[in-house]
Amino acid sequence: MGMTSAQKRGFGATLWDWLTTVDHKKIGILYLAGGGFFFLLGGLEAVIIRIQLISPENNFISAGLYNEMITMHGTTMIFLAAMPILLGLMNFIMPLQIGARDVAFPFLNSLGFWLFLFGGVLLNLSWFTGAPDAGWTNYAPLSIQSPGHGVDFYIMGLQLSGAGTLMGGINFIVTIVLMRAPGMTYMRMPLFTWTTFVASILILFAFPALTVGLFLMMFDRMFGSAFFDAALGGNAVIWQHLFWIFGHPEVYILILPVFGVFSEVFPTFAKKRLFGYTAMVFATFLIAFLGFMVWAHHMFTVGLGPVANSIFAVATMAIAVPTGIKIFNWLFTLWGGSIKINSAMLWSLAFIPSFTIGGMTGVMLASAVADYQYHDSYFVIGHFHYVIVGGTVFGILAGLHYWWPKMFGKYLHEGLGQISFWTFFVGFHLTFFIQHFLGLMGMPRRYWVFLENQGLDTGNLISSIGAFFMSFGVIVFLINIIYTTIKGKKAPRDAWGSGRTLEWTISSPPVHYNYKQLPLVRGLDPLWIEKMEGNKKMTPAEPVDEIHMPNGSILPLIMTIGFTIASYGFIYQTGNKYWLIAVYAGMAIALISMLTRSLKDDHGHHISKEELERVGD
Amino acid sequence: MSHDHSIDPKNMPKDPSKATTEGKHKFMGLWIFLGGETVLFACLFGTYLALKNSNASGPTTQDLYGLGLVFLMTILLLTSSLTSVYAIYHMKNNDFKKMQLWMGITALLGIGFLACEIYEFAHYIHDYGFTFRSSAFGSAFYALVGFHGGHVVFGLSWIITLMVRNAKRGLDLYNAPKFNTFALYWHFIDVVWVFIFTVVYLMGMVS
Repeated sequence: MGMTSAQKRGFGATLWDWLTTVDHKKIGILYLAGGGFFFLLGGLEAVIIRIQLISPENNFISAGLYNEMITMHGTTMIFLAAMPILLGLMNFIMPLQIGARDVAFPFLNSLGFWLFLFGGVLLNLSWFTGAPDAGWTNYAPLSIQSPGHGVDFYIMGLQLSGAGTLMGGINFIVTIVLMRAPGMTYMRMPLFTWTTFVASILILFAFPALTVGLFLMMFDRMFGSAFFDAALGGNAVIWQHLFWIFGHPEVYILILPVFGVFSEVFPTFAKKRLFGYTAMVFATFLIAFLGFMVWAHHMFTVGLGPVANSIFAVATMAIAVPTGIKIFNWLFTLWGGSIKINSAMLWSLAFIPSFTIGGMTGVMLASAVADYQYHDSYFVIGHFHYVIVGGTVFGILAGLHYWWPKMFGKYLHEGLGQISFWTFFVGFHLTFFIQHFLGLMGMPRRYWVFLENQGLDTGNLISSIGAFFMSFGVIVFLINIIYTTIKGKKAPRDAWGSGRTLEWTISSPPVHYNYKQLPLVRGLDPLWIEKMEGNKKMTPAEPVDEIHMPNGSILPLIMTIGFTIASYGFIYQTGNKYWLIAVYAGMAIALISMLTRSLKDDHGHHISKEELERVGD
Repeated sequence: MSHDHSIDPKNMPKDPSKATTEGKHKFMGLWIFLGGETVLFACLFGTYLALKNSNASGPTTQDLYGLGLVFLMTILLLTSSLTSVYAIYHMKNNDFKKMQLWMGITALLGIGFLACEIYEFAHYIHDYGFTFRSSAFGSAFYALVGFHGGHVVFGLSWIITLMVRNAKRGLDLYNAPKFNTFALYWHFIDVVWVFIFTVVYLMGMVS
């Protein structure tokens, strides 16, 4: 295995390797590629939305298509772009940071990826027959009434990719608890590992609520049940509760990992240890805990009553406290540091003011009384794009620039990186800052057109121009990736020269077993400690001995194909019962794969000592 | 590092299901998974509680539920949890035959429970016209109890597969974790049933 990876292989063998891989690094790259593809798709949808709104009463796309566009833009960006890209970074980097050779459940890891990918593909296949059009929140009864199969694709697509995400979350939790290298105590874990851990806990407890919501929606739309049907005593607000019990923790699933990224980038490029490490860890937990207590702030105008609204308003405002702790800790990390500015650092520095603006409008929205004014207006659009783009997207780009040399062995081009940063950064503020005021002036969200001479024309024009700037930035970033792949400068182990954590102690890119010998961790920032003591390498915690690694398997892919066929069957059996054949066939494929996995022993393989000595680390 | 998963009876590990790295991972992984399952059932319970009086002038909880059958089902499932504990006890003593015997009894009790549930559903549908589609209460009832029943079906398929697969080769360090995680899962299903018994049936009888 180790030997073949060093040799040139044919296309077929390479493809087979990627389809069957259980290597967390390859799965991480697959997540990045899949998430990146959907990010471009979601971005294209965003540009189409902004072209439609560039002038009053525009006719670029029809009202129905516009509804599909906004629904798919939101759904794609949240479920298929932002989260998978984060899962990709977590998959690649977290095991390296804790000094592990793989994750706890490599097979499950692969299954999780394929479920995400096929869920996303299934959802997007709806474009050919009519995409979902009830908004990314898919509120009942609108979603129950929506004709055609669009919403059915939403249900099945998210069910598949959601199951994949849940598997990823469980996997990361067990990995972090059980697979840390000798000496890597909890309070020595890098912040990115901590935020991966906490985000995984959020995934674990939030996603089942979405699973149930989607099941109930599926039953109502496909099997005639009455959960959301008022005529038979159903209650549409149940969907809202289930959706937001999932949905609010979801925004912390999106933001906590990038908090971890910034907590790695700032110390590296300020050459200072992270200020307030302990407070950072506890603030992460506090944000996660409070994140489960605030879902009803999305529902202030539903009419839950003043008591419920007040409780949720106060709980929401409380989240500003741990988040503020983090912002100040990053500022204090920079304070007095010997700061080096590059693309990764620019994205991180730009995050601080951008995200703080989003946090501030968040506290404004948390005020239940004022929310009656902001609700469903462009103010809300401005707010959540400031936190999701200004937070998550900036963080993803910071993380990609920071870890690219580790993942691919080459530096992203710095000049191109700065061009894409400045155009995207300016474009982002152009697009979304003005939207707050459009909202305050009364422009509602999700409307296909707006009337002229209402004071909304200029603002919308500016917003659309900003979107073009952002697109330009993304295109330059793509060019950067291509350029780097072909001509990029090679990176050494410690790519930035000031790395502090374990991933910088191994080769770039790492060998498939990561560590020839597991490192002995002697404190927080283990590499920095060794460097300060004049050591060139980590002290190994074990002698060179043969390594046990998991075997690759095609079963996760086959299982996923089975589930996808069954999902197609579920969607279309409402019209024609022959489609039930697809349900049974798909389920049979999936169940037989599961049975095969259970019946066939898989003990993994060993890499011999001699081979380790030959290949090295 | 040992490539061999067989158990040396003279040098028996304290718990064969957690003697390997994979075993430890599986044990913890299943516990974490059950955390997610708890939220899943909590959401279904919440939905049921919100809709249990929305019977759309169909049968109510008091019309439908009879404690006799539900009592029998509870006894069957609780006992099956106990027998799975016996099975794991014998696993730790490396007594494969007795483990298989008690796992077999566990499965039989589970099948008994499932038969009662199928009878119960058929009874509601035929004698009361109470279906998944007849009211929001019907939808919520069958969703909650049916999800639990689905978990029982999955658990039964799991243990029967394990028993058949390993019948000839006996216990080793590779399959011990599999039996152990099943037992853990089975206890969880049992706990969920205790809540269903209380929240659905007992509370349904009084209100």
